[in-house]
Amino acid sequence: MLDVILLGVAALIGLGITGALWPRLPQANVIVYGGSLIVSAVLAGAGLLDQLRPSSGAVAALSLPMGLPWVEVHFRVDLLSGFFAVLLNFAGALISLFALGYGRHDAEPRRVLPFYPAYLGMMNLVLVADDAFAFLLSWETMSIVSWLLVLANHRQEGNARAAFIYLLMASFGTLALLFAFGLLAGAEGGYSFAAMRAGTPDAWAAGFVVILALIGAGSKAGLVPLHVWLPLAHPAAPSHVSALMSGVMTKIAIYGFIRIVFDLVGAPQQWWWGGMIMCVGAISAVLGILYALMERDLKTLLAYSTVENVGIIMIGLGLSLAFRASGVPEYAALPFVAALFHALNHALFKSLLFCSAGAVLTATGVRDLERLGGLIHRMPRTAVVALVGCFAIAGLPPLNGFASEWMMFQAVFTSPSLPQPLLKLIVPLAGVALVLAAALAAACFVRLYGVLFLSRPRTAQAAAASEVEPTMTVAMGLLATLCLCLGALPALAVKLIDPLAAAIVGAGLPSGAGWLFLAPVVGELNSYSGIIVLAVMTGFGLLVVLLAHRLGTSRLRRSAPWDCGFPSSDPATQYSASSFAQPLRRVFATVVFRANETVDMPDPGETRAASFKLGLWDPAWRLIFDPCARLIGFLADRFNAMQFMTIRRYLSLMFAALIVLLFAVAATAQ
Amino acid sequence: MTAALLQVAQIALVVLLAPLMTGLVRLIKARLLGRRGPPLLQPYRDLTRLLRKDAVLAANASWLFRAAPYFVFALTWLAASLVPGVTAVLALAPTADLIALIAILASARFLLALAGMDVGTSFGGIGSSREMLIAALAEPAMLMVTFTVALVAKSTSLSEIARFIIGGGVGLEVSLALALMAVLMVAIAENGRVPVDNPATHLELTMVHEAMVLEYSGRHLAMIEAASMLKLLTYASMIACIFVPWGMAVEATPHALLLGLVTYVAKLAAAAVLLAVFETSIAKMRVFRVAEFLGGALMLSLIATIVRLMSEGL
Repeated sequence: MLDVILLGVAALIGLGITGALWPRLPQANVIVYGGSLIVSAVLAGAGLLDQLRPSSGAVAALSLPMGLPWVEVHFRVDLLSGFFAVLLNFAGALISLFALGYGRHDAEPRRVLPFYPAYLGMMNLVLVADDAFAFLLSWETMSIVSWLLVLANHRQEGNARAAFIYLLMASFGTLALLFAFGLLAGAEGGYSFAAMRAGTPDAWAAGFVVILALIGAGSKAGLVPLHVWLPLAHPAAPSHVSALMSGVMTKIAIYGFIRIVFDLVGAPQQWWWGGMIMCVGAISAVLGILYALMERDLKTLLAYSTVENVGIIMIGLGLSLAFRASGVPEYAALPFVAALFHALNHALFKSLLFCSAGAVLTATGVRDLERLGGLIHRMPRTAVVALVGCFAIAGLPPLNGFASEWMMFQAVFTSPSLPQPLLKLIVPLAGVALVLAAALAAACFVRLYGVLFLSRPRTAQAAAASEVEPTMTVAMGLLATLCLCLGALPALAVKLIDPLAAAIVGAGLPSGAGWLFLAPVVGELNSYSGIIVLAVMTGFGLLVVLLAHRLGTSRLRRSAPWDCGFPSSDPATQYSASSFAQPLRRVFATVVFRANETVDMPDPGETRAASFKLGLWDPAWRLIFDPCARLIGFLADRFNAMQFMTIRRYLSLMFAALIVLLFAVAATAQ
Repeated sequence: MTAALLQVAQIALVVLLAPLMTGLVRLIKARLLGRRGPPLLQPYRDLTRLLRKDAVLAANASWLFRAAPYFVFALTWLAASLVPGVTAVLALAPTADLIALIAILASARFLLALAGMDVGTSFGGIGSSREMLIAALAEPAMLMVTFTVALVAKSTSLSEIARFIIGGGVGLEVSLALALMAVLMVAIAENGRVPVDNPATHLELTMVHEAMVLEYSGRHLAMIEAASMLKLLTYASMIACIFVPWGMAVEATPHALLLGLVTYVAKLAAAAVLLAVFETSIAKMRVFRVAEFLGGALMLSLIATIVRLMSEGL
């Protein structure tokens, strides 16, 4: 498997070079995206076969004499990286298929074509890296390539700033990971993952490693409050790249987190790690979806919802860690499997939704929800697949989002078997956050779908939209079908993840429920079956359609809307995205976001226009990042004086620094 | 085999009983207000009349608007037939536990809220928006209630919970009493009853559910009306199944089944009477007070969970 992935990476980089050398070729689009599609599909198929093989516990490893002179570069594929490779390449293949159609509408393809396949390749390389150098190098290259993709439409307002903030946050995250690996490597400098796994850091160092991993991987995954770059950068990229960034790259970050915290840190586990991760996850889940509810830009909204879903995944991982640290590994498997299943589901439905957003953008050129509407009539196929995506992301049966969230709830319900009283109280609260996030997500996606696809067109662009070409709808259709299949038969995905849980947390799920049912809790009979819900729902639906038409009448008349007797033909009288969010804003956002509304209504007879102003206050920026930026600006201003010194002063500064360092060395040597 | 037959019987029974229960609530409410009220069987007549009428659609209504009522009805029917009423021996019982059951009802609500947005009128939007607000407030409380019950009964499967409680596994529990109060508040909100919403009103600014379905007529409206009757029955059966399961047939003997049927109908009738009395004795609240009402339910259910955890010695 390892050779296949490395060959695939080489092929993807080759495609990137092709895209860089001949971007003006008429077929460049087809070559690059078609090539990425084929390579990703081969990698996905090979990875899936490898993962399902019974002897797949075997690990492929390879070291190449490359990189720094005194170390080799190590590569390795185990069950964990194999699973994420399947996730990455399945989503990558379908997004490449979408890009075959979408890329043709790109304004400047030469800014995208070289980097898109390289981006896919670098994400694969992160998964197979088996030492700190290879990992950080591919991680940072992945960040930089995606930064270039964010800059693809750099002339559009705000994109340059988005890319700048992304670059800052990515460097900050990599710095945190660098320190984490440094602590893990210890004084001897064993930078291969095998050496880190063998060593046991002391409790405090291990705790720092977990915090640093949470910062480093969490900033890439979009955990609150390190999420600020994500809603800026993800929407700025072309839509198929947004799908990769939101659907897939956040999962690579999750992989990095699992690799460090579950695998490399090793034996001395502390229960508070799990509690801390769960708290961060719960806050991310609720705040992420609240941000999304307030948002009116289609793609930014989807990016914020990624923050929510990463929070949900983190709740699962934290719970699993808490169980493992408390010595009850048989319960640790369920939240772990639920988290990875949710990661897989999110990769599918978020890619689907970003592709739908891309389709809408192609058809209308508009991203503002308030200027769209009624697209279900103009884009019928996109509307169907987007409906599947909205159902899935809202965590509703019988789609896949519900299956993983249901497992997460079951995991939360096993928390009384934790020994620590504090955790016993935290976990139910994380459960409340989880269900609140799910319910708000339902509201958020009713709002999105209702304003975007239903209702009446709000502008001429929306009214003149037309369906996108078949390659795009086929790709979205395949993603929607996968969502439906995993929703109906979640046991299939769970069987894929189960051996991985056994390898990482030391226990698998109880078997014997068969493929029709999910029954994942040790010693209990709680079960759920997506396919029976789907089948009975369809059966009942058809039955009542038949009965209603037989017993009653099938006559149908069209007329003007009723609207309590006063229908208005002006589309501005409809509920808009902002008005839909108003009750939720008043209840949930007045404290967190200090939402305030000012209505200026002129007196009767006055001719000036009435106005409505909505003020929102972003706590992450106002409380953390703005003060940080001011502090850095202040310090930079002070240090600015050093720019204009004479050579003599520079030399004396260097001399002083040398003396101070020598004293420091002398002091530590004693 | 017996379980499959009983499941079919349950599917038929819920759909037959649901309008009767709604009729009973309406009749008692009318009597309490000093009116004579409609006959007990009026909901059946309403439904058949609606089925016979032409469906009138807004000119720009999409396929989703036409399909939603059938799916909403099918999902609610599915949920209703999964809640043990007469007997706990049901073939489809493992399909969904309490969490999945709530989620199936949430799917129905999702579709209905979408349908409310379809025609693009301000009433549809206001209804959908408020319905989703109420759901966002009610669902956390419902999860905590489920958690408390699961802590007591060691299961989230409704038939297992009923078996456990009938088997005498639990005495008087403070946590269950608090959970019962919370779930009653949630049920009132979820079914759009006074004081959260008024099912009888057509006064524009006070309605939530009725505003959402304002554009429906004919057979589509019949489906939605029948679905909300089924939802009321589902919540009543669910509360009965968890908190007063006594009388339910645990084994499929004819004697036990007959007793189960009689007690089930009696429980539903009692629920209808209690609901009617409660609704007539309280005034409808402003929509933004609902947050306090349901926040109270969440706090009650959280206290219930903590009380239960404390009684187990944390």
